[in-house]
Amino acid sequence: MVAHLLRLKLTLLRNGLRRSPWQLVGLAIGGLYALGIVGLCVTALLLLRQEDAGLAQTVVVLSGSAALLGWGIVPVVASAADMTLDPARFTTAAVPMSQLLAGLTLGGLIGIPGLATVIVALATVGTWSRGIVPAVGALVGAVLGVLSCVVLSKVVTTATASLAASRRFKDVSGTAFMVPLVLLGPILAGIFQGVSGSGAFLADLARSLSWTPLGAAWSLGGDLEAGYAGHAVLKLLIAAATLAGLAWCWKLLLERALVTPPYAGSSRRKGGRMGLFSLLPATPVGAVTARSLTYWFRDPRYSGSLVVIPLLPVVLAFQGSQTNDFGILLIVGPLTAFLLAWSISSDVSYDNTAFALHLAAGVRGVHDRLGRALACLAFALPAVLILATVPFFITGGWEKLPGILGLSVGVLLTGLGLASVVSARYTVAVPLPGDSPFKKPPGNVAQTLAVQFGGMGVLLVLILPEAALLIAQLLTGEQVFGWINLALGPLLGTALFIVGVRVGGRWLDARGPELLAQLTVNR
Amino acid sequence: MTLPVTALSIRGLAKRFGSKIAVDGISLEVPAGSFFGIVGPNGAGKTTTLSMATGLLRPDFGTAVVHGVDVWAQPLEAKKLMGILPDGVRLFDRLSGEQLVTYAGLLRGMDKEVVASRVGELLAALDLSQDAGTLVVDYSAGMTKKIALASALIHAPKVLVLDEPFESVDPVSAANIRDILDRYVATGGTVIVSSHVMDLVQRMCDHVAVVAAGRLLAAGTVDQVRAGASLEERFVELVGGRSQTEGLEWLRTF
Repeated sequence: MVAHLLRLKLTLLRNGLRRSPWQLVGLAIGGLYALGIVGLCVTALLLLRQEDAGLAQTVVVLSGSAALLGWGIVPVVASAADMTLDPARFTTAAVPMSQLLAGLTLGGLIGIPGLATVIVALATVGTWSRGIVPAVGALVGAVLGVLSCVVLSKVVTTATASLAASRRFKDVSGTAFMVPLVLLGPILAGIFQGVSGSGAFLADLARSLSWTPLGAAWSLGGDLEAGYAGHAVLKLLIAAATLAGLAWCWKLLLERALVTPPYAGSSRRKGGRMGLFSLLPATPVGAVTARSLTYWFRDPRYSGSLVVIPLLPVVLAFQGSQTNDFGILLIVGPLTAFLLAWSISSDVSYDNTAFALHLAAGVRGVHDRLGRALACLAFALPAVLILATVPFFITGGWEKLPGILGLSVGVLLTGLGLASVVSARYTVAVPLPGDSPFKKPPGNVAQTLAVQFGGMGVLLVLILPEAALLIAQLLTGEQVFGWINLALGPLLGTALFIVGVRVGGRWLDARGPELLAQLTVNR
Repeated sequence: MTLPVTALSIRGLAKRFGSKIAVDGISLEVPAGSFFGIVGPNGAGKTTTLSMATGLLRPDFGTAVVHGVDVWAQPLEAKKLMGILPDGVRLFDRLSGEQLVTYAGLLRGMDKEVVASRVGELLAALDLSQDAGTLVVDYSAGMTKKIALASALIHAPKVLVLDEPFESVDPVSAANIRDILDRYVATGGTVIVSSHVMDLVQRMCDHVAVVAAGRLLAAGTVDQVRAGASLEERFVELVGGRSQTEGLEWLRTF
C-alpha cells in the first residue's frame, strides 16, 4: 500500500510533466535553483568537518531548527502546500490509517523541497564523520529530523485546512506575505549585524534549542562527538517522542478531517453597494476602469504588487545607509513608474477565461485597452509623483527634481502604452484567479520570459530621449536639460500612450478569439 | 405565405485542434422564435460549435449568420443581437453579483438607469436578491450559473445561446429559468441550448439537433427527430455505443 501511494505520487508528477514540455522546463529551472542552494549547504556542511566541533554543532543545530520551523510555517503562509496526495481523496478507498500515514509521509519527500531537505540532512553525516559513533548518531538524527519536518508540515496543513480554504484568509496571507519577502534583505542584514558580534549568544541558543523538539534530532552527532553519550540518549528520546507526538496529532487530525470536509462558507450580502461602478461614468471605458480598479484592491495577485510599492523606498534607503550614499534613492520614482506600468502587461492573462465576457459583449478593443490603462494611471500617477519627490527631502539637490519628474512620468505613460500593446497580443504564465500570488503558474515559461524581457527591452529604447536628457543634466549640471525633460516626458509619454492604446485596441479587435484560445490553454 | 425567418444559420462549420477534428462540417438553420436544443454525448463538439457560432472561437471553415449579420465579418454588430452563456469559462468573480451583471450591461454601452432597474429585476427573478452583494467567488456552482445567465440576458438580445444552462442548478431555479425562457420565446425570442439531459430537451424545446463526433446526425422539430420514440431512445439509437449488458455477472454475486 505504501509502495502504491509512492507510485501514485510519481505517476502524478510524470503525467503533470507530460501535459506540456514547458512544465519540464519549469521543473528544471526550479531544480537547478534548488541544486545551487543544496550544493552550497552540502559544501558548507562538509567543510565544517575540519572545523571546531562546537562551531559545527552550533551551525547544524541552528539550521536544522530553522528548517523544521520553515516546514511548519511556509505551507500555511504561502498557501503553497503540496496537495497532489490530498488525504481527502482517499476517503472512499478505505486505506488503513497507519499505511496511509506512512505513504503520505514518504510521498511528501518526493518533490524539490523534500529531496533538498533529505540531501542537506544527510550531509550532516559528513560533518560528523569524525568517527563511527558520531556519524551513526548524525544519520539517526537526520532521519528523525527529516521525517519530523514532513510530518510537522502535514500536521500544520491538516489543522489549518479549513482556515486555508477560506478565501479571505488566502487573500490576506497572500498579500501580507509580500512584506517580509520584500524586506528580506534588510531583515537578514539586521539579524547578521545583531548576532555577528555575539557568537557566544548563538552557541547558547543552539545549546538550548538542542534540548527542545526543534533541535534535538540535529544535535545527536555533535553530542556523541563531544562524548556526551548520556545527553545524546536523552536527546534521541526527545527527538523520537517529537516525531511520535507529531504523527499522533496528525493521525487524530486526519481522522477528523476525513469525515468533516472543510467548509468555506461566507455570509450572504444584500446588494446596493455598487462601489466604483457608481462613481465612474457609465460607459464601456468607465466600466472597464471600475472593474480593473476593483481588482487592484480585491485580488491578491494585484494588491500584492501594491504592497510592494511603498516598501521600495525603504529597501533603497537601507541600501543607501549601508554605503552612506543615498544617490540610489533617485531611481525610486522611475522604478515605481516602471513596475506599476508594466504590471498591466499581463492584465488579460490575469483575467484568464473571464476575458470571454469582453469578447461576448463585443467591447471595442480600444475601450478595453483604455479602461485598463486608466485604472492603473488613476493611482500610479499620484504614487509616482510622490515617490519621485520624497527622496529629495533626504538627499537634497532639488535642481534634479524636474528631470526626475519628467523621466518618471515619461516611463509611466510610455510603459502603459507599451503594456497595452503587449497584453493585447501575448499571454504570459501567471497564477490563476483565486490562487496564491506565490503559486507556480501553469503554462509556457519560455514565452513568458521572452515576452517580459522583450517588452522591457523595447521600453528601454522608447524612453531613451528622457534618459538621455537626465544623463546630460547629471554630466553637464545644466539645469535647462531638466526643464526640457519635465516638458518632454509627459508629452512624449502621452503620445506613446495614445499610440499604444490604439494599436493594442486594433490588435484586440482582430485577434480577440485567438487570445481567448491561448488563455483557455492555461486554464 | 412568408418564409420563416432564420435566427441563426451556420454553414459547414469545422474546427481542428492539433490532430483532433472537433467539429467536422456542421450546418444548421435555427428558425426565429424557436426553442432549439442541441444534444450530444460528451466531447461531441457542442461547445466548440456554439463558440464558433457566437464569435468566441474562430472556425477553420464555414460561416455563422445571426439575423442576417455575419458573425465573423461584422462581429460587433452580431454580438449585439446575441446573449451568450459560455460553458467552462471563468467570470470576473471578485465582483459582487450585481456588480458583475451591471458590468456586463455597461460593457454593451447600455444606459445606467436601464441597467440598474434590469439588474434588480433579473436578480429577483433568478432568486439571487439575497446574495446580490456577495462576491461571485463565494457563490455556489448553481448560483454562478445563474449570475452568468443574468449577464447574458441584461441587454435583451434577440437570440440567446446557452451552453449547459441547467448544470448544477437546483430544480426550483431550473423551473424559474424555464419560465423565463418560455416567456422569452413566446414573445418572439430565439433560444439555443445545449444539454445532455434528454428529458429536459424533449419537454422544453420545440426543435432539436443531435450532434456526435463533430457531425450533425439529425435535426428538425422534436417530433420529427424522435419519430414516435422518446428522444432518449432515438438519441441512443442515432449515436450508438450502448454496451451490451452481458458480463459483470460477478456484480450479482455479493
